[in-house]
Amino acid sequence: MNNKPLREVFGESLAELGTVNPKIVVLDADLSSATRSILFGNKFPKRFFNMGITEANMVSTAVGLSTCGLIPYVCTFSFLLTLRATDQIRSQISYPANNVKLIGTNGGLSGFGDGATHQSIMDLAILRAMPNFTILVPSDASSMRWAVQEVADIMGPTFIRVPRVSAPDIHQPGTKFEIGKGLVLKKGKDVTIVAIGMMVSYALDAVKELAKEGIDAEVVEIHTIKPIDKNLLIKSASKTGAVITVEEHNRYGGLFSAVLEALALECPVPADWVAIDDHFGGSGQYDELLEVCGLTVNNIVKKAKRVIKIKEKAGYEQSV
Amino acid sequence: MSDMNNLIKELEEKAHDMRKKIITSCYYAGSGHPGSSLSTCEILSVLYHHVLNIDPKNPSDPDRDRFVLSKGHAAPALYSVLAQKGYFDEEELLTLRKTSSRLQGHPVMNKLPGIEITSGSLGMGISFGVGTILAARLQNKNYRTYVLTGDGELDEGQNWEGMLAAVKFKVDKMTVIVDYNKLQLDGRSDDILPIGNLGDKFRAFDFNVIQCDGHDILALIEAIEQAKQYKDNPSVIIADTIKGKGVSFMENRVEWHGKTINDEDFERAMAELNGGLN
Ligand SMILES: Cc1ncc(C[n+]2csc(CCOP(=O)(O)OP(=O)(O)O)c2C)c(N)n1
Ligand SMILES: [Mg+2]
Repeated sequence: MNNKPLREVFGESLAELGTVNPKIVVLDADLSSATRSILFGNKFPKRFFNMGITEANMVSTAVGLSTCGLIPYVCTFSFLLTLRATDQIRSQISYPANNVKLIGTNGGLSGFGDGATHQSIMDLAILRAMPNFTILVPSDASSMRWAVQEVADIMGPTFIRVPRVSAPDIHQPGTKFEIGKGLVLKKGKDVTIVAIGMMVSYALDAVKELAKEGIDAEVVEIHTIKPIDKNLLIKSASKTGAVITVEEHNRYGGLFSAVLEALALECPVPADWVAIDDHFGGSGQYDELLEVCGLTVNNIVKKAKRVIKIKEKAGYEQSV
Repeated sequence: MSDMNNLIKELEEKAHDMRKKIITSCYYAGSGHPGSSLSTCEILSVLYHHVLNIDPKNPSDPDRDRFVLSKGHAAPALYSVLAQKGYFDEEELLTLRKTSSRLQGHPVMNKLPGIEITSGSLGMGISFGVGTILAARLQNKNYRTYVLTGDGELDEGQNWEGMLAAVKFKVDKMTVIVDYNKLQLDGRSDDILPIGNLGDKFRAFDFNVIQCDGHDILALIEAIEQAKQYKDNPSVIIADTIKGKGVSFMENRVEWHGKTINDEDFERAMAELNGGLN
């Protein structure tokens, strides 16, 4: 795959944004060459603050900048942001709804070689529990570019999860992204596959495999996990009667939880997850790690077929 | 000189009045932190009634000075001085800690005018203050930021990260004031986590260090003036204070950190305070 790593796309988009919006300031905690916020720093040294290895301090400093009218992008590995500075994020960003843009890089397992200490598999669970947050998980270069620009226009706390690695292009040029609106990437009637971030392309590959067996799957991309597109999920699930979620996150508190929360009352159909089964990652090549954690096309296919069987056994009737 | 004497007298009276408001609001609330609030009264009086460039009618003026109550549990003191300044009606002080009140147990920004940042979880104020001055610099503004911390609060590592950042970025328009009452929640600060020579520690971080009596209005005025004159690095004023100051049976008593004021305590305290300034 020749595509640029998404962290590079992030850094470039941020540097571009700096040109058009003088209110953007960027903070990093001695990881700017890894998060690629350095691309902004090189271009706008006065608006770039390397805070050293002080994540809590970095977040609180950013809050000070934001209450005085600037728009801070706060960049470091996602696990460091959400775990080292959790209380700062809660007390000073989430509760007062301050206008701070958190950027968590090395999303999911994408800090692959560094091992589990450097992987972020519970970040979405932590932030989803924080009121007032808008949480974005882009899946390819175009959605990453959109997200980086879009959050500057949202008044309030936002988070973008940035993979270290590259992703295939998923979206047609000109695709309209909208905060809180999922995208139906493929229409289908037998099962809904809800996917997020790096897993979207895997879901699309699984659909091709399922088609070979005569199964017509629908793929819904959730790029905004909070607020989640409940209406779209209900619409799709009530049509297909079965749901699979696919995410690069622990099975607790991430996409599976969010989708079930959305469906539980109004459309409780059989549902299953493809996610990390409540264990840590480890060192290895990215693809190998996904394999070890069950985040594979095969697993999506297997679980999709099984959930369809369960739906049929339960005699679920399609409403459309 | 007589102008100065008048000013000192006025600020002392404001501090004294603040103490009555603190005792009364904590009594009506049935909880709160009287000891921690009482030790800040002269500091807040000097800041709010003499130093800060603020306009209660325009609380979000981008050019205003910022006051950051990092030790958020002294909220009753902050609410009292804000009421004195006219940010809201004094009567509202009696809603402290009541359901739906704007006067939450710890300060909440955007709820009550005059609160610069939500606090209560200790240790975040210095870093926040650094951010406010970096913002001033980028926007060519001249305001100053004052951050009030407790001494126990300095146990938290984030303060020391914030100090490093304050010196790296030379935020000389930020002044940290330590309410150095030598008590924290569980006991004497020296027993809980000895901080050693606080001035030396700040000096080692390249702060401009000023030490003064935190209940002496003139000393505080001079200390703040000295901090204002100092260029290049941030200043810290280590203000020697007495926790519970002004109510004899609360002074230097760690239990009054956050003890409920009962009917008898209330009457005794108010009788003392109504006796006037000694
Ligand atoms: C991060 C954090 N840990 C613990 C507490 C609970 N707590 C509130 S006040 C306090 C003691 C603070 O002592 P000090 O800073 O000396 O303030 P003082 O009341 O003496 O002015 C503690 C431990 C808290 N609010 N925040
Ligand atoms: Mg103390």
